[in-house]
Amino acid sequence: MLVRPKQGILDPQGAAVETALEHLGFSVGGARVGKVVDLEVDASTADDARAQVEKMCEQLLANPLMESYEVEIHG
Amino acid sequence: MASPQPRIGVVSYPGSQDDRDALWALAALDAEAVPVWHEQTALPDLDAVVLPGGFSYGDYLRCGAIARFSPATAAVVEFAGAGGLVLGICNGFQVLCEAGLLPGVLLRNESLRFVCRDVPLVVERDDLPFTSRCAQGQTIVIPVKHGDGRWFGPPELVRELEANRQVVLRYGEPCNGSVGDIAGICNERGNVFGLMPHPEHAVDPLLGSADGALILASLVDAARERALSVV
Repeated sequence: MLVRPKQGILDPQGAAVETALEHLGFSVGGARVGKVVDLEVDASTADDARAQVEKMCEQLLANPLMESYEVEIHG
Repeated sequence: MASPQPRIGVVSYPGSQDDRDALWALAALDAEAVPVWHEQTALPDLDAVVLPGGFSYGDYLRCGAIARFSPATAAVVEFAGAGGLVLGICNGFQVLCEAGLLPGVLLRNESLRFVCRDVPLVVERDDLPFTSRCAQGQTIVIPVKHGDGRWFGPPELVRELEANRQVVLRYGEPCNGSVGDIAGICNERGNVFGLMPHPEHAVDPLLGSADGALILASLVDAARERALSVV
């Protein structure tokens, strides 16, 4: 699952990364720094796995006040 | 008969740092300071609880996010629900926000730098169990030391807090970029208070300031009143 700072929330890490990239000559905008959590879950279907991980996100992995999340299922 | 010492618990999580300072400061202010281990599922008989500063569970995932699920935190949530006095300092404030006892969240400082210095704080309320020894509008000086102290809430939440007078302390000068310069807030009921500055590090003039004792002695006073009213 991917967690990133919500739109509209000041992300100083993203701003620092953006400035550093600009110093290197890259032209970028809107840098945001989030995190990735890889999980192995027992599930019979992809929908089941997604439902499990979404529950985890709501209860622990993301704080809805400051973060949005996306779930990706592989395998 | 001498007034009884109120019993104030201090919860130690793995990674708590300031639990000993909090215990020491409370004892110096004439409370019976009671260590509480994070695995305790029930609190001992207490008149107030302090969640101390530090880096519980290494600040992994988000500050306070894992400590929220400690058995002792569940007991503190229950204690607060019954009207018990709960003070969260720094990491303890972060735990209270993650646990839903206080609104909002504490984010990485705007500067991305760890701030460690004495800061002036304006007292917005003196009618709480945590600020009764202060005067409204008074400026007190207490040290901060944090990397993730920028209080944040969406605009509608900030309006609600201001309308309910839940902002208790504001930074008197820019500190970490927190919304409205918020340094400390309480819940609506006024029995739970969290702040980023460390009153337990400022209880003796030898430490540079004794203003932290205004906060902690207020808590000791209130806890003593509760202890007496139960007897």
